Amino acid sequence: MNDAAELRSAVAHLPAGRPRHYLKVTMTQSASAIPILEVRGLRKYYGKVKAVDGIDFSVREGSCFGILGPNGAGKTTAIEVIETIHEPDSGQILYRGEPVSRSFKENIGIQFQDTSLQEFLTVRETLELFSKLYPEPRPIDQIVEACSLEEFIDRDNRRLSGGQRQRMLLGIALVNDPDLLFLDEPTTGLDPHARRNFWRLVEGIKAKGKTVILTTHYMDEAEYLCDDIIVMDHGHIIESGRPRELLLKHFGGALIRVPEAAVSGVSAFSCPPEGEGGFLTFDCEDANATLRELVAAGVDLKGVSVERRNLDDLFLKLTGSGLD
Amino acid sequence: MKKFWAVFVARNLEFFRDRSTFIFNLVFPIVLIFGFAWAFPGGGGTTFKIGTFGSPPAAGSSADLPFLHYKYLQFVPYPSLDVPLERLAHHQIDMLLDFTKGQYYVNDSSSNGYVLERMLSAPPAPSVFAKMTVSGAPIRYVDWLVPGVIGINILMGSLSGVGFVIVRYRRNGVLKRFKATPLRAFEFVSAQVLSRFFIVAFISVFVFAGTDVFLHFRMAGSWALLALVNLLAILCMIALGLVLSSRIKSEEVAGGVMNLITWPMMLLSGVFFSLEGTPQAMQIASRAFPITYYIEASRAIMLDGAGLAQVAGDLGFLAVAALVFLGAAAALFKWE
Repeated sequence: MNDAAELRSAVAHLPAGRPRHYLKVTMTQSASAIPILEVRGLRKYYGKVKAVDGIDFSVREGSCFGILGPNGAGKTTAIEVIETIHEPDSGQILYRGEPVSRSFKENIGIQFQDTSLQEFLTVRETLELFSKLYPEPRPIDQIVEACSLEEFIDRDNRRLSGGQRQRMLLGIALVNDPDLLFLDEPTTGLDPHARRNFWRLVEGIKAKGKTVILTTHYMDEAEYLCDDIIVMDHGHIIESGRPRELLLKHFGGALIRVPEAAVSGVSAFSCPPEGEGGFLTFDCEDANATLRELVAAGVDLKGVSVERRNLDDLFLKLTGSGLD
Repeated sequence: MKKFWAVFVARNLEFFRDRSTFIFNLVFPIVLIFGFAWAFPGGGGTTFKIGTFGSPPAAGSSADLPFLHYKYLQFVPYPSLDVPLERLAHHQIDMLLDFTKGQYYVNDSSSNGYVLERMLSAPPAPSVFAKMTVSGAPIRYVDWLVPGVIGINILMGSLSGVGFVIVRYRRNGVLKRFKATPLRAFEFVSAQVLSRFFIVAFISVFVFAGTDVFLHFRMAGSWALLALVNLLAILCMIALGLVLSSRIKSEEVAGGVMNLITWPMMLLSGVFFSLEGTPQAMQIASRAFPITYYIEASRAIMLDGAGLAQVAGDLGFLAVAALVFLGAAAALFKWE
């Protein structure tokens, strides 16, 4: 008996009335060998504009998958095609190894970049409206707790702060207890405190074994939340992998910045620095060797800083332009 | 059904909690009715209206009458006598000339009829028409007007409440959010239709009942038949709103298209003034508008006590138009 068959048998023998979300978590954990989502050769053109031009990737179950790129890179179009909001021109989208079907919408949760809701409804009424659109919704109280909506649950949904609104929209995306959650730039426009709160909510969702696909402009957000990323530009994937591995692959070492005054009189380094703004910057493969050279040359390390490269630097290197 | 009901309830809550829209929808038609009742306590115009039956004498012939060429007299030909006699009894026309028998009819309680009678028999060429009289209480202009105002309310409420709202939902992303759920387009659209159906019916009943308390409208026919006419008209107008909203993405375009439709309907459907005696082209154009059939049927039921047989044609037109519009909307509708 294979894993799936064992699981089906176990499910069949569970006592009646077992909460559904318990079953779902159990099943997803056992079926983790198959990517929860695979995208093959996906294309979406708008006239001559190749918004998405043949992208392939797969998403591991239980991971947070980041789609990064500047405005117009095609990331929102890509995920909206995957969400079945738009028809692709070509390509395949597989959910748990099968082409997406009508029931796909029952298994996913979506938080759009821009969403308007029906007005004059409270947060609770809005959640109830959406929960009734699904065959097996999650209890509203669980969503309220998971997204910290208690303090404004009976407030008109037009009278929420930016952070509260994003939490409510996340709650709407969770009403069907989805296995796969799409978050399209969920923290754009939020203050740092609200962003951190939102990250904690996403971490909580990940901790329950859910899979998250996240598009973002914020590189710190991607580094904090994402297990895997792809970088898109002009409709193509220009790099993919785990954030730390990509940074190691492209940058190897670290940036060492030294005040020019501190190295006066030292003429040669094995890794030549570049000077700007009163500082010398060493961009070397072996940061340890550079630091040893600085110590050996008697440089005062008080003013020295060692900076790790980030995804913004990676994008600059890959495309020659910064993230918008 | 659960999904349909959820969207239906949400839309109703949205409407009834939007106080400004809600109050405007209620107050505007009421103000219109009271305003016209105050401005036109009797008839709706100052022109004398004379019905005619049969061919008038040729101009300049020995039988011709100066009366037939006076200014400010409007002659409305009728193919038979029964309709204009009914109109005369209710003061909707001021006199009826029967050229076939050389008779004229006036209502013995109509002041306009009295004046016209004096004019008809005045020198230099007093008519030789024989006098006939009919009697009957006048129908006030407001009695005649109220079906038109309710009709306008149905028209505007349906087109804006469904057409405009769906376009707004499409533009601001509400439709896109619903599209991301298992909700089907049919479920969404039918919930919108039923919600607006309920709202417009509620407002129509409220406006009619609220003004009837003070103005005591004439109701000669069947309430059930009047309700049926209203419900069919609401369905027809909502379906028309759905057709308009099926593809339009901009509220500005939607507003322009709705003006393009509603203004000709208001002006050419006999809402405020009777189309009798208007140019032939205008009367033909009015037959293209569903609201014309609603107003005709409602007036026939309320003022003349018409039964199902008399308004069957109007009901049929409204039903067929509703089906055609619903079919077109189903074929054309797009979430985005």
